[in-house]
Amino acid sequence: MDFTPIFENYSLYLEGFWTTAKLVSWALAIGLCLAVPLAIMRTSRNPLINGPVWAFTYFFRGTPLLIQMFLLYYGLGQQQFMIELSQSYEFLKDAYWYALAAFTLNTAAYTTEIIRGAIEGTPYGEIEAARACGMSKAMTLRRVTLPSAFRRALPAYSNEVIFMLHGSAIASVITIVDLLGAARIVASRYYNPFEAFIAVGFFYFCITFALIGGFKWLENRWFAHLRPREQVADKKRHQPA
Amino acid sequence: MEGFDKLIEYMPNLMEGAVVTVTVAFASLAIALVLGLGAAMMKLSKSRASRSVATTYTTVIRGVPDLVLMLLIFFGGQIQVNNIGAYFEWDYIDVDAFTAGVLTIGFIFGAYMGETFRGAILSVPVGLLEAGYAYGMSKWQVFYRILVPQMMRHALPGLGNNWLVLMKTTALVSIIGLHDIVLKAGQAGGSTRLPFIFYLFVAFAFLVFTTVSIWLLNWLNRRYSVGVRRA
Repeated sequence: MDFTPIFENYSLYLEGFWTTAKLVSWALAIGLCLAVPLAIMRTSRNPLINGPVWAFTYFFRGTPLLIQMFLLYYGLGQQQFMIELSQSYEFLKDAYWYALAAFTLNTAAYTTEIIRGAIEGTPYGEIEAARACGMSKAMTLRRVTLPSAFRRALPAYSNEVIFMLHGSAIASVITIVDLLGAARIVASRYYNPFEAFIAVGFFYFCITFALIGGFKWLENRWFAHLRPREQVADKKRHQPA
Repeated sequence: MEGFDKLIEYMPNLMEGAVVTVTVAFASLAIALVLGLGAAMMKLSKSRASRSVATTYTTVIRGVPDLVLMLLIFFGGQIQVNNIGAYFEWDYIDVDAFTAGVLTIGFIFGAYMGETFRGAILSVPVGLLEAGYAYGMSKWQVFYRILVPQMMRHALPGLGNNWLVLMKTTALVSIIGLHDIVLKAGQAGGSTRLPFIFYLFVAFAFLVFTTVSIWLLNWLNRRYSVGVRRA
């Protein structure tokens, strides 16, 4: 095994890392902003409000991210009006925006369901207490339901962030030079797929664990009041077979 | 509508692709179940070596994107296998897209299944297993007659989630050139210049797979929880 071509092309990998980081963080940020109102709508009992959001999340959670990206990039990109639009707006020819749109909608759908679950898991006593204090519905939502829901949603959301990071690797399929895209260029230029992909896998691995560490730290801060005073681990449990 | 006629025209092609997708999904599920059970048993074993092997496996797999692993096994594996082959003077071995895809997906989901099974095994009361030994059953008999049927109920929800994700991951095999439903739709969309309608069809095909799976999983869940009282 020879890793020198990878060290020689480190700037390509860095550039790819930068693209991945931009793509994932923008998708997550916009997706989260979309997900909060959608989740509130999803908890509504009115089927006209709840229904469309349900259809949106069902579609985006039930189909592969790859298909969603193809639908936007090849499908939408070939529509007459998009071709006309991209003549006046040059940036619409760039695959980056289609990938970003697909990732954003996908993560918005997953995050909506995560936050909805957290909102519905609010202990009823908390809401009753807020009502008893004379808070309006909007104020209850803002001051009681959402803050406690965000806390409860954090572990599931950290999984979603990791999934998004890993899912973003498919951006390289539509010509974007993200982290994996860089590895594919190196692999085809030097014919060393083994080394190139191992290196990029290691890179993704490090980012994943940095993120997991970050979320652990956040959870510790946000859940400080919930931490058990003594760890009751059942490590002594008898091992089966 | 023109697009609809084309869709009908290409339907046999798309159906062929759908069969490939479903085959890949079930074949990888089989591998994942075996690997997952193995990983779970190793994680719970008394030997430190096998515990650390299983932990390394599940940690590494869950830290790396599925597509990276797939490309690594498909392109990198090809070279490595033949390097080894050259040493032992084997003939040229072709790692085809089907093998690489199924192995990768099975390998990845084996790690996720391992975590699911580990939790499920821990929720089986030890007394049941001890009773099995008391009757003179061998380790293997206790495993498949008592442990597996008992833990299935606890594993099923997690297993169902893994299956739903696995099915969607099979779309990636189109990237390494396997003629699944995604690649077939891409070809049809390219030659008719109507990619939107073909990809939309694939999306709905996946929605159908998902919906049917959810029904089946609910049914299985009810069957396995027959003896459990619910509030």
